[in-house]
Formats: sequence, structure tokens, C-alpha cells
Amino acid sequence: MAPAITAEGLVKTFGDVRALDGVDLEVPEGTVLGLLGPNGAGKTTTVRVLTTLLRPDAGRAVVAGVDVLKEPNKVRSLIGLSGQYAAVDEYLTGRENLQMVGELYQMRSRDAKARALELLEWFNLSEAADRPAKTYSGGMRRRLDLAAALVVRPPVMFLDEPTTGLDPRNRMALWEVIETLVEQGTTLLLTTQYLEEADRLAHDIAVVDHGRVIARGSADELKAQIGGERVEIVVHDRDLIGTAVEALTPYAKGEPTIEKHTRRITVPVSGGARVLADVIRELDGRDILIDDIGLRRPTLDDVFLSLTGHAAEQGTETAEDAEAAEDRTVTTGKDA
Amino acid sequence: MTSTTAGAIGTVAPGQRTGLLQAARDSWVVARRNVRRMTRIPEVLVFGLIQPVMFVLLFTYVMGGAITVPGATADPHAYRQYLIPGIFAQTVTFAVAGASAGIAEDMTKGLVDRFRSLPMARGAVLTGRTLADLVQTTLIIVVLAVVAVLIGWRTHTAFWEVICGFLLLLLLGYAFSWIGALIGLSVRSPEAATSAGLVWLFPLTFISNAFVPVSTMPGWLQPVAYWNPFSATVQAVRHLFGNVPAGMVQTAWPMQHAVWVSAGWSILIIALFRTLSVRKYRRANG
Repeated sequence: MAPAITAEGLVKTFGDVRALDGVDLEVPEGTVLGLLGPNGAGKTTTVRVLTTLLRPDAGRAVVAGVDVLKEPNKVRSLIGLSGQYAAVDEYLTGRENLQMVGELYQMRSRDAKARALELLEWFNLSEAADRPAKTYSGGMRRRLDLAAALVVRPPVMFLDEPTTGLDPRNRMALWEVIETLVEQGTTLLLTTQYLEEADRLAHDIAVVDHGRVIARGSADELKAQIGGERVEIVVHDRDLIGTAVEALTPYAKGEPTIEKHTRRITVPVSGGARVLADVIRELDGRDILIDDIGLRRPTLDDVFLSLTGHAAEQGTETAEDAEAAEDRTVTTGKDA
Repeated sequence: MTSTTAGAIGTVAPGQRTGLLQAARDSWVVARRNVRRMTRIPEVLVFGLIQPVMFVLLFTYVMGGAITVPGATADPHAYRQYLIPGIFAQTVTFAVAGASAGIAEDMTKGLVDRFRSLPMARGAVLTGRTLADLVQTTLIIVVLAVVAVLIGWRTHTAFWEVICGFLLLLLLGYAFSWIGALIGLSVRSPEAATSAGLVWLFPLTFISNAFVPVSTMPGWLQPVAYWNPFSATVQAVRHLFGNVPAGMVQTAWPMQHAVWVSAGWSILIIALFRTLSVRKYRRANG
């Protein structure tokens, strides 16, 4: 099937920061690509380039068969964008917001009005339709923002961290909406910091770090690469860390990570709860006292540790912070 | 979020509009949005009204007694006739602050990303804003004119001349909201935009013929005041309202051709600042 989104060698620098350092992507029509990475990895910058908000320094991109750099306005009529900050006018009502977006997609006013009502109903916002968005809760605003991205039922959609900052209930609800869209054939590029989210929603995952795609594949392929669950133990006696690692080695499917100061040892395993029981017996047999033990799923940090050898860097001077700074000097305010 | 009425993709086709028609319609949609916002935050309009009314009252009753206008009678009403067109003109220039703060606010919120990801005319976000400001300026001028009439201001010319006077004022206000647009695009926060929008207005409106006759200023300052675009509008409006003191002699060229100079300045400002602003908005495109 023809790819709905293609990016080749995208480069974008902000001052000294290379936000995008040669990003290549391909999203076949009707599939979901999850762009997974920590803050500042270049996820938002990639989305901004693909949605015509930012011109790359190098590279090319084609969305829905249209060249993003040559015919940006044509691309705009074929895409929907929903960002991590709800882009709605707080002083307009939900209905007015959606109608305005429809009209700016060049729909006729009557059609825009009808579509707004339909979307408000679908997103359970009918009751709040005539209240200013200012009065909406965070989850409602996010829903309104997503609805705005769906006004023309665009064949290609970009969701930039759609669930960041949402409570679990709203997150689940949003996931269901996204799944419905995909069932209906929308091609989706979604960015996320949560492996769980990418796992649940995306057919393919591209892991980005420092403006590069460092790994890609299906969720299962990535998991095979980084190992499945982790057994995490906290030994009581610091001196026994070495012995404990030794005891865990037969069960480990990868390198153990050791945090000396917290006496925490993490090893990738496969086999789930049975392995956990075996590990407990093994430690008990060696008289190693433990304060805590648990089985957990791999997190973004584990992915990064396995793929790059370093943890996901957050909060340092990141590419998107730099972009925000850069943007402010030019005019717009785009947050990382 | 249970039903599936999202419908099949691509079944709502975006309309096909191009060129000027699209630009006009998009600007109208954005203008309507900004006017709606105005009605939801009425404080802005209220304070926009209080300020010029306060200026009229302060100048009339506090300073008015101390200022005599050359060529006018000693009648205390004379300064009032002279002053009111100046206050009108100063009031319309405050459109700068509204436009700069409003656009800076749009820029710092995610909303501008929404606008820029839509297939809309590029200048429409700014044009829509300035048109909404024009609506607000018109409202303020109407209220101010009523207050002015209540304290004794009168026009002495034909109806069409009075209308032309008000149109010149609104044209100046519209021009200044484009200056505000550029300021709003150039600063980093709405707070900075408000100050940056206002700080230069005071010298601009005071080094002019708005409040005191230019002939009372030091010689080196007089040409500045005469050639100030703002002075031309004040003079033009006084002329069109019949508020120029009968005995006042105006020899400076811009004062003698004030109506045309005023219109010319305003159109020039619109052309220049609209071009710069739209370019800046586009360049924010990356």
C-alpha cells in the first residue's frame, strides 16, 4: 500500500541544537505509527514539520500524496492536528470553536454548523456545547481539541502526545476514540512518552532520540529487542548486591541494572509470575534478605537503556525547549 | 464517546475557494471570533471607554482653564471645541494596544498552531483581528462623541463633512491597529505587548496639535509636531468638524492639506505595516 506519510532526511536546527538530525519515516495508509521518545527527542518538531508549521533545513516530506514543502496549503486541507496543548479559544463555546474551524477548512457555514453538533455529540460534549471552553475540564478541552482535528474527517491525522497530563479514565476514553478512527481507515501518526500507549495504539513504533530514529518495528519486535517484563528487587544488605545479581543471572534475558544507593537490581526476564516465584525461592535459598520485589512492564527508560545504553534524558536543555525559545523570538509560542 | 458517527473519512470535503474571496471570508470568520471574545470579556471595552472619557474630563476641567488657544475667544468653551477632536484622535490610536496584546496572546497559546495548520488565507488571522478592533474603536468613538456633546462640543459643518471626519479617525485607528499587529508579533508575551503598544503613543500624541497649539512649542519641536501623522488627522478632523478657531493661522504645509495628508499617512501605514506583519506571521511558519 502507498505510504500516507513519508519523511526523508529531515533536519532542523535551532541555534546549536540539532532538533532533527536526519529523520526518516514511512507510514503506510490506514496504519498507526507511534513516535516514542522522551521530551526533547524531536517528536514535536517532526510533527510540526509534517503539518507545515515548520520548514525543515533539509529533507523532504510527502503527506497524503502531497509535497509538504511545495504545496503546504493543499496538505493542510488533508490533515488534522491535535497537540498536547488544547488549541481551542477559551472564550468561544465548544460549538463556536468547532464551527470556526470548519469554516476555516473552507466548509460552508451550514455544513460546519452541522458537523460541529455531530462532533460534540460524539465526544460527549453536547451538554457543554454552549459554554465557553474556559469552563471545560482538562479532559473536555482535550476532547474538543481532538474534535477540531476531525472536523473534515481528514485522511491523515497527527496527534502530538494526545494523552499527556490526562487522568487514566480520560486517557482510556481517548484511546477508544483513536481506535475508532483507525478502524475507519484514518492514517495516524502519534507521539507519546508512554510505551504502553504506543503498544496499545500503534502498528509500528519508531523510537526517537536526539533527533534520530534509533529503532523501529512493531511493538512485539521492539519488546523482543528490549526484553519483556522486568523483575525488580531491593536487597536489604548492600554487601549482598553482588550475590543477588549472581542469583538472578540464570533468569535474566539481558544485562541487569544496578542502582547501588537504593540497593535496587532490575533484570529483564520472560515467563512472568512463574519466574518471580523462582527468583524468590532462589534468593531465599541463598539467604538474601529482600525489602521489595516486583514484576513490571518495561518503561520508556528501559527501552532507552536497552537501545542507547543511557536513560531517557529529560528536563535538560532539550531540542524542543530550544525550539520554544527560538519560536518566541520569531513570534509564535510553541511549548516543548 | 461510544457511537461511531465519526463517519467515513474524507466524506466531508473541504470547500474549494481561492484568492481574494477566500481571504475575505477567512478574515470575516476570524473577525467574528474576535468580536465574540470581546462580548465575553466586556471589561476590555469598559476600560477602553473609561480612559478617553477620563481624558476629556481631565483636560476640560483641570487643564482647560490654563490653556488659551491662539485665535480663539477667551470663552472656556473654546478650548473644549479645540480639544475634543484631539481626544478622538488619541482614542483611536489606542487600538494599537488591543491589537498587539490580542495577537501576542494568540501567538503564545496553541491556537495559532491550529490556525496555521488550517487551509486558510495567511493574512486572515491578522486582518480578522484588526477588523474586530475597528468595530471596538467605532463603539468607543460613538460613546465618546455622546459624552463630548454633553459637555458642550458642537460641529459647525455639513453632515457629510462630519461623517468624513469620523471616517478619517477610523482609518487612522485601523492603521494603528496594524502597527499593533506587528508589535504583537514581535514581542514575547501579551504583557510586554501591552506596554510596547502604549509606551510610544504618549510622545506621539503629545508632540502634536492634539492638546495644545503647536505654536506654543519650542521652535525646534514645531516641525516634528507639524509633520507628525497624528497631527494631520487632528487638524483634518478639526477642519471637517468646524472646530478650528476662527483666528488661528496655519502656515505649515501638512496643516494646510490636512485631510489629504491624514488619509495618505493612514494608507501608507496600513500598506507598510500590513506587509511587514503578514510577512512576519508567515515567517513564523519556519
